[in-house]
Amino acid sequence: MNLEAIREKIAYQPILLGVFALLASGALAWASSATGEAIAAAEAKDLRDSLAEVLPPGLADNDFLKDTVALENNGKTVTIYRARKEGVVKAALFKVAQRGYAGDIQVLMAVDSAGKTLGVRVLKHSETPGLGDKIEVKKDPWVKSFDGKSLGDPAPEKWAVKKDGGIFDQFAGATITPRAVVKAVKGGMDFYAEHRKEILGDQS
Amino acid sequence: MSDNNYGSIMKDGLWENNVVFSQMLALCPTMAVTTSGTNGLGMGLATTAVLVVSNVLVSLIRHTVSSQVRIPVFVVLIATLVTVVDMAMNAWLHDLYKVLGLFIALIVVNCAILGRAEAFAVKNGVVASAVDGLAMGLGFTGALTFIGLIREFLGSGTLFAQASNLLGPSFAFLEMKLPGYGGALLMILPPGGFAILGFLLAGKRVMEQRLADKAAAAGEGAPAAA
Repeated sequence: MNLEAIREKIAYQPILLGVFALLASGALAWASSATGEAIAAAEAKDLRDSLAEVLPPGLADNDFLKDTVALENNGKTVTIYRARKEGVVKAALFKVAQRGYAGDIQVLMAVDSAGKTLGVRVLKHSETPGLGDKIEVKKDPWVKSFDGKSLGDPAPEKWAVKKDGGIFDQFAGATITPRAVVKAVKGGMDFYAEHRKEILGDQS
Repeated sequence: MSDNNYGSIMKDGLWENNVVFSQMLALCPTMAVTTSGTNGLGMGLATTAVLVVSNVLVSLIRHTVSSQVRIPVFVVLIATLVTVVDMAMNAWLHDLYKVLGLFIALIVVNCAILGRAEAFAVKNGVVASAVDGLAMGLGFTGALTFIGLIREFLGSGTLFAQASNLLGPSFAFLEMKLPGYGGALLMILPPGGFAILGFLLAGKRVMEQRLADKAAAAGEGAPAAA
């Protein structure tokens, strides 16, 4: 029997599909194992780069990617990276998220041992381009207005955008986005204050 | 179409049968990524690479695959291919992946790929299929870059913003900015994409009509060659 005749048989169809599914799974398994290590390394480097972005240089001498504590925050597990110098925790870095105008805004922040923010960066968002995306540091320096703030400075009721009687600027045409970022950072500060002992360990 | 008529295959992909402007395929990724010229170019090039490889593979197996199950076989093949490309880029071209990453996964749902497998690769030889993939891919790239540039220019007043992220620092000269122009936000949002595409499609039709009229007028004296 030639190929054309075989091709029309009913049994040929499932066998053909099965063979291709098998080949595809094989190729995927091979690709996954071949790239897994390199992808993990590249992602670790990304994380380190973004953490270094909020942490002032020279503040830490440890590998803070490995020095972590996991804590519960509103039912979600938050990983806290601890930057140490000579064994003493100098700063805690963690991510917080808050619903913005369109989906979650992910914010990475660093808080020093006295409870002051060292830096805040927006990692991921889907806000309106041209309006809400001023929260990205490469579009606008707005997010740097959090530097050096703490829970007492400004007072809790001033942790808001100016429209709501706070001290942080809103953007023309976009209030919901900066409001969400302020709320996220405030939430992060509250979370830090609440868990200060667990984060700093036995040194406090 | 004969296997050795590469010139007409190229012309077909780049203009006559352009994926976006004539076949009207792949409009979903087109609308989604053409907010800037750089994004359009990146998506176009990634799609071209996948299109060439998928066309070659489909052409290679065209005698083995029966027509009854060809669609699932091609879908599995394309999805596997895109996933492998996605993982390989994430691992070894990580910086480029951060710019293009989202688009790579989108290629799976680009119906132009399955469309070319069905319409061309399954009926033609390997080399012709590769040329067809290249031509269709470049036509797609051109269309996406063009729409992206128009939307970017009207919407943000820039051209090829962040091209150096995609192509390397030596391409920074491509980046241009119109000083003192705030931009029309509408053009960046999906409605702007539909509006621009509509104008371009109408423009192409008018152009083709003019050319056809001219050819008809010239052909009245002597009968046109078939």
